[in-house]
Amino acid sequence: MTCDEATVLLHALVDGELDAVHAREVEAHVAGCRRCAPQLAATRELRQAVQDTRLRYAAPDSLRASLERTVPAPAAATSRRSLLKGFAIGSLMSAAAAAGVTFVVLDEDRDSRILGDAVSAHLRSLQAEHLTDVLSSNQHTVKPWFNGRIDLAPPVVDLAAQGFTLIGGRLDYIDGKPVAALVYRRRVHVINLFVMQDVGSTLPFSRLETVQGFNILRWAEQGLNLLAVSDLNKVELKEFEQKFKAATQGAG
Amino acid sequence: MTAQNCAVLTMAGSDDGGVDRARRFRAAALPYLDDVYTLARYLMRNAADAEDAAQECLLRAFRHFETFRGGPIKPWLLAILRNVCRAEYGRRGMLTAATESLDEAEDCVEGVWGDNQGTPESIALRRFDAETVQRLIAQLPDQFRETIVLREINDLSYREIAEVIGAPVGTVMSRLARARALLREAWIAEEKGSTS
Repeated sequence: MTCDEATVLLHALVDGELDAVHAREVEAHVAGCRRCAPQLAATRELRQAVQDTRLRYAAPDSLRASLERTVPAPAAATSRRSLLKGFAIGSLMSAAAAAGVTFVVLDEDRDSRILGDAVSAHLRSLQAEHLTDVLSSNQHTVKPWFNGRIDLAPPVVDLAAQGFTLIGGRLDYIDGKPVAALVYRRRVHVINLFVMQDVGSTLPFSRLETVQGFNILRWAEQGLNLLAVSDLNKVELKEFEQKFKAATQGAG
Repeated sequence: MTAQNCAVLTMAGSDDGGVDRARRFRAAALPYLDDVYTLARYLMRNAADAEDAAQECLLRAFRHFETFRGGPIKPWLLAILRNVCRAEYGRRGMLTAATESLDEAEDCVEGVWGDNQGTPESIALRRFDAETVQRLIAQLPDQFRETIVLREINDLSYREIAEVIGAPVGTVMSRLARARALLREAWIAEEKGSTS
């Protein structure tokens, strides 16, 4: 083996990329070579110095959040699922999608984005270990958990007596903004209640919609917009809203 | 056809469509978010551009998820990221003519260590804080920077690096040799600079 070959191959040696036969060849050459031996030592030393330093960067939360909000929305989904068209539009997709959805006026676009995001967030929450960040049926544990995590204080009430069990809460993202998600359960049905800051218009009355088979009920109270999404039937979801409102007004 | 291919095809063709695919994509890509962002930081050299590039990478990866043939997803993601970054360099006119002269430089690996750097006295390198080393790496020319980052920080094998940069394994080896030589020179220069 020549020095030229060894100069390159010694890197493969320190990186553990050589098979036993070639490794032995390189080692044999290096051992007897005044020029290559220091190179191998220097390469090992550099490698060690690099490995001793923490050179990785941590992905910022905003990137994580954007993965959450752009990816569930629907590059491929738009082509395959016409149902999704027009509402599940991630921020980066909106320009492209808008070209195909000309009838949507701006406000409705945002409105449907919220609905789409809410359904995505709900589906995501049903995956294992995604449901809650704080797991507690105690409203006095769940409510303070949001302190410092989000710039609003969600109304958290225990509705176990009324048949809606508080399971916990977590942070989620809707329309690109962090929202508080409260999780309730009615029998086998999970209800995600998203609490978000009022941006622009508060709903004057509650509104019930169905998206992808999920019922979505929206209302406003205490200057906050609330959105409940569940596979629970409309009647019981409406009942949830009334119980929730009654409890928060009682508490407030 | 491998089991993985089957799985991917089933996934792509499944009626459950977008939502299920998104879930699988997130599950596959999330563990490598730091890797994607780290490479983006070294390629773009600043946080804002890195985040944009990483975001674009994820979006493209998701869009083309059905073309992913299985196997380790990390090199696949990093290859997409590299394309995004290079497209961005191109847009900004940063893909310089220097690239060609660097290609030539790769061929003369010989003598990269200089004359007096192999002595035992100079081998023990001082440890620097992360910012300093990150800066030294950021100053390496593009091809050598990406190769050494993929190897030392993203921890890819030579074969995976070759896949990411679209070059033969031999090129990976010679670039890595050159990258380490350049980094070591810069390291030693930094030691001298900071002690004087």
